Amino acid sequence: MGPVMNDKIKRASQFIQALPHSVALGMELEDLNAGTAVIGMPYDAKLVGDPRTGVVHGGAVSALMDTTCGAAVMSHPSNPAGTATMDLRIEYLRAATPGQRITTTATCYHVTRSVAFVRATATDADTDNPVAMATGTFTAEGKP
Amino acid sequence: MNRSRPEPVQVVKQRRDGVLRAMVEGVPYTQFLGIEFERRGDELTGVLPFKESLIGNPMLPALHGGATAAFLEVTAIITLSWGLLWEDMESGALDTASLDAQSLPRLPKTIDFSVDYLRSGLPRDAYARARINRSGRRYASVHVEAWQDNRARLFAQGTGHFVMPHRQE
Repeated sequence: MGPVMNDKIKRASQFIQALPHSVALGMELEDLNAGTAVIGMPYDAKLVGDPRTGVVHGGAVSALMDTTCGAAVMSHPSNPAGTATMDLRIEYLRAATPGQRITTTATCYHVTRSVAFVRATATDADTDNPVAMATGTFTAEGKP
Repeated sequence: MNRSRPEPVQVVKQRRDGVLRAMVEGVPYTQFLGIEFERRGDELTGVLPFKESLIGNPMLPALHGGATAAFLEVTAIITLSWGLLWEDMESGALDTASLDAQSLPRLPKTIDFSVDYLRSGLPRDAYARARINRSGRRYASVHVEAWQDNRARLFAQGTGHFVMPHRQE
């Protein structure tokens, strides 16, 4: 990775770590590199959707998926200046185990002049059995 | 004619608002986002009052796509659950006097949820209403629309599929 790209990744990291809603949910950027992003979200009582079981709400997983997918687009080597979600579909495979951190890995696998295509997987401590999967289409703005 | 007198309006309102409150206020994440529900008869409207912590991109500024997705999903689940509870609530089969989040019947679970972002969410209150397109014994399909200033100008819409809770016989 050249120094220009390195700088670009650094700025993208700073931008992602400053998103107010992501900060409010406790998200932590773990890795960002050439179209792949990894973001973790520690378990917290405020994220609970089912008070009887303590399972995290699907909406919080959606927010994590959306942030990670957007971050993957921002870090893509094609260098989009900005991005916004057009469409995001999430499949909830199983309930995340209460108390465990949820980690999402998103990959931006194709970018056209104006559109970015992304897939993401969310896991808890049992990394072999994903909690949720996502498919998204994002805008790729400010490209020549 | 042998018809029982209709219940006093306050009794009806107290019962329905009480059940709705137990469904909404019992969920920490719904409280964290600040989502409220307005009720007219059985019709529900989700309200997401604006606050800074809902912002995604601070440059624009715009609502975070994740906050929008969560708002749509919460409105879909609450509307679907409300429809499921309605009959038992009205017939008296559900003990509505002592109802809270712990004693509430099991609610539907999301299988998948798809959000269509039509325009960026402005830094102001958002509203959402869900329509249950199918509510079967095992699965349900729900569509939900969200707007801000103009009801006809949606900023996001979503469709979700849900597994219904097992009914205790």
